[in-house]
Amino acid sequence: MVTNITNLGRSGLSDWLLQRASAIVLALYSLFLVGYLLFSPGLDYAAWSGLFAQTWMRIFSLLAFVSLAAHAWVGLWTVTTDYIKPTGIRVAAQSIIILAIFVFLVWGIQVLWGA
Amino acid sequence: MSMLQVSLYRYNPETDSAPYMEEFQIDTQDRDIMVLDVLHMAKEQDSGLAFRRSCREGVCGSDGMNMNGKNGLACITPLSEVVKKGKLTLRPLPGLPVIRDLVVDMSLFYKQYERIQPYLQNDNPEPAIERLQSPEDRDKLDGLYECILCACCSTSCPSFWWNPDKFVGPAGLLQAYRFLADSRDEATQERLAELEDPFSVFRCRGIMNCVAVCPKGLNPTRAIGKIREMLLANAT
Repeated sequence: MVTNITNLGRSGLSDWLLQRASAIVLALYSLFLVGYLLFSPGLDYAAWSGLFAQTWMRIFSLLAFVSLAAHAWVGLWTVTTDYIKPTGIRVAAQSIIILAIFVFLVWGIQVLWGA
Repeated sequence: MSMLQVSLYRYNPETDSAPYMEEFQIDTQDRDIMVLDVLHMAKEQDSGLAFRRSCREGVCGSDGMNMNGKNGLACITPLSEVVKKGKLTLRPLPGLPVIRDLVVDMSLFYKQYERIQPYLQNDNPEPAIERLQSPEDRDKLDGLYECILCACCSTSCPSFWWNPDKFVGPAGLLQAYRFLADSRDEATQERLAELEDPFSVFRCRGIMNCVAVCPKGLNPTRAIGKIREMLLANAT
């Protein structure tokens, strides 16, 4: 048993499951957005804004943002533990990554729900 | 001409400040001999050459090494399988400290093997003769018990290179599953609890170098998948 405290779920199993579940959400969201752009040739601001004004799209987008945050946390945490061996630099890198993820998540929510 | 150009990794910590590659010309007489035979011929030219070997028939797992970039057992690898353009480069197993020439320090590899408690655990009183198993339960151990611990798989695994002190590695995990799958073993819960952290099992990223190099044709990646399934079934 190897103890870890800066990974997302405190357990390899939950991190692993979150990584896979969030990957599915992100794949569906990406496919939907690409499909929407492909099948809306005369897309204007009103239509784009209208799409994101709908409740289901807001839920879908928020789900995608949260999934992206979880996915990035698990993935980048793994990268730091693989490649950054000095503890001080690794903890600093992990703190910056987690802070950035938090900022981007709140920013994304503000863009989505703001005026 | 039947001369084979062999490039050997040489390092003697008592006299060399750094490892270097030494060239040997080996007369194979155009026979498709094993890489281990070539090493013995090189040792006739330089008796100081150090490498491990014992059974010379792929059973003991002593002569795992890196041959033209791929791990394998020198004793059961014919030249025709590895030699490219008349050249053969032999290096020690990657990722482990070199003791001398092709001999590596396997302490970390054995430490990870020891960690998964590779022995049957059953606190019930022993039956008079032996603990019986149905033929179906016995079949579950096929493809697991054959491992000879040559370390070819673990030392070809990038996840093991980066974290040999925390990631159990393909060889250890194949054995971990060998005991998880054994109907006579009763420590399943304790074994699973030992493995659910982010490193022990989950540092496996499915690169599958282990499957590509195993000289016994075993599949550690599949065993790791089975361990994940057991962990998931246990925790959801």
